[in-house]
Amino acid sequence: MRLILVLLMLIAGPLSAREVTDSAGRVVEVPDRVERVFAAGPPASILLYILKPEAMTGWPRAPHDYERPYLAEPWRDLPETGRLTGRGGEANLERVLQIAPDLILDFGSVRDTYVDLADRTQAQTDIPYVLIDGRFENTPAALRLLGDILGVPERAERLASHVEGVFARIDAILADVPEAERPRVYLARGPEGLETGMKGSINTEIIERAGGRNVADDGGATRGLVRASMEQVIVANPEIIVTWDRNFFSSVFDDPLWQGVEAVREGRVHLAPTAPFGWIDRPPSLNRIIGLIWMAGLLYPDRWQGDLRAETRAFYELYYHVRLDDPALEELLEWAEGQPPG
Amino acid sequence: MGRGTTARIAAPRLGLSLTTGLCTGVLALCFVALMIGPYGLSPGEVLAALLGRGEAQAQIVVWNIRLPRIGAALLVGAALAAAGASYQALFRNPLVSPDILGVSAGAGLGAVAGIFLSLPVAAIQGAAFAGGMAAVGVVTLVAGLVRNTDRTLTLVLIGVVIGALAGAATSLLKVLADPYDQLPAITFWLLGSLASVTSADIGPALPAVILGLVPLALLRWRINVLSLGDEEARALGVEAGRTRFLVIAAATLITASVTALAGVVGWVGLVIPHIARMLVGPGFGRLLPTSVLIGAGYLLIVDTAARSIAAIEVPLGILTAVIGAPFFVWLLARGRRGWS
Repeated sequence: MRLILVLLMLIAGPLSAREVTDSAGRVVEVPDRVERVFAAGPPASILLYILKPEAMTGWPRAPHDYERPYLAEPWRDLPETGRLTGRGGEANLERVLQIAPDLILDFGSVRDTYVDLADRTQAQTDIPYVLIDGRFENTPAALRLLGDILGVPERAERLASHVEGVFARIDAILADVPEAERPRVYLARGPEGLETGMKGSINTEIIERAGGRNVADDGGATRGLVRASMEQVIVANPEIIVTWDRNFFSSVFDDPLWQGVEAVREGRVHLAPTAPFGWIDRPPSLNRIIGLIWMAGLLYPDRWQGDLRAETRAFYELYYHVRLDDPALEELLEWAEGQPPG
Repeated sequence: MGRGTTARIAAPRLGLSLTTGLCTGVLALCFVALMIGPYGLSPGEVLAALLGRGEAQAQIVVWNIRLPRIGAALLVGAALAAAGASYQALFRNPLVSPDILGVSAGAGLGAVAGIFLSLPVAAIQGAAFAGGMAAVGVVTLVAGLVRNTDRTLTLVLIGVVIGALAGAATSLLKVLADPYDQLPAITFWLLGSLASVTSADIGPALPAVILGLVPLALLRWRINVLSLGDEEARALGVEAGRTRFLVIAAATLITASVTALAGVVGWVGLVIPHIARMLVGPGFGRLLPTSVLIGAGYLLIVDTAARSIAAIEVPLGILTAVIGAPFFVWLLARGRRGWS
């Protein structure tokens, strides 16, 4: 069986190959023409969908019904293939071999665990495995690197310069706003709004990138998702709260405990849409670019120049390959105003 | 008749003064805990807020955040210790904890299902309570169907089986859950926390715990007899089966309601009855109130630490394990068996 597999690979294998260096510094030999890519996790699948959807072999998790209108046919109907890395690797390696991709792509952390996972999977399957740094700042570089690997450098360049354009517009605002004057932002997660991401975690990068200060900051001692208590939120007294949890959002303005928090008093609690992917996180991938545009407008309503309607329409068309009709666009904008559909 | 235990006759003074001492201790702890918290309040400001004076925000912090949380810590600690003491007496085994019959596993499954379905908080708590009660219900039902002479052993083994099954179902939901959204919520819930407790959450839990404690207190003599073994109990005129069922029902009600409130908090029900037994001996009539008081005070200390030792909330389950495990080893190493 194994022998047949090896033989098959030798026959079907690329005649010409080239070497690329991924974000972890691993030198990987990839075929000249990469036509089928297996995304190891949700962030990678979004990056791939945006950059070269025709190379997708499936979704780590099949899109929900409410997400489907915001994804382009025929790719929204691709099968579910599971995740290779991250929490709970479900994808079966034999299944991956059956899909026979030219490349396995992971987008996110490039820490040792993931490097090791990539090396092991590559050794086991003999499929090149590329690891790309998913930090927000690295987005343009990630796009260019992958565009080069996938043979779509023009599209990658177009997307990368769009991202750089958004970054530059925000940086222009931030140039004369000192750190101490930036709005204090709390990311409320979970149905009670008492889970958050510490400053420096991948889940909250968007806050700093949009020009806010994350109130969950202990000087870098803790990273990642943590639990907060009501008293800590009251002490932190954020000026702006962002969340995507509808349960939390629908109860926060009536909950007496939250009334003392400035953001609640001032009505500055904002609900982020999550279709087809989360605007501010969930997962942390290129889907955050539209969230960044949205958040910059929330944090700097007087300085930010931009029409959310036009930018949303353009973003969904450029990134997600869908031309939103008016009802769909309206639904998204109302969602971003705090009125989610359904 | 003859319900007085020897322990009570032998040392009534000591018992009374110990209870008074413990009550005073718990009250003092409440007072200290009320002063501690990230929202900087001086003792004077706390007292003013207690009396309804001072700035509105300070009153919210004291009345709506710290007091409910202290109340919840007392309730959860007392309840878990009481349930642990009951189960240990019932199963005549000091290594038994309140989740022996699968109540935590069932409650965990209920809550995880609630989070998985994105239900609101109250519904998640309801699902946890229902899951805990259902798990133990299934255990007693299945144990009743299995024909085996050793009823206690059957119960424990079926409890392990159902607990493992519920654990597997929980894991399945974790695998299926959204890794960026639901999975963290599930993880936090399974580690236990009082971070988001409000007085509205205590409302349903308190009467349920009292409802469970009353039969335990009334059955104390029968529980003592039961801890001698079924044969001896029968000789003394106690019908083991019915008493056992009542104790299990009461202890499960207690555990399920506080687990719904606080998540899965381990170790308290295992360790606290040991300390109580060291102080007052195994007589259930005195073991129960002593466990309740120590458990309440202990969990108050742990929860106050959980909300004040770091800039973030430390999950309760982690702290109780870190404190409980070495303490338990120490207890075993001391070699003195507080049992019998």
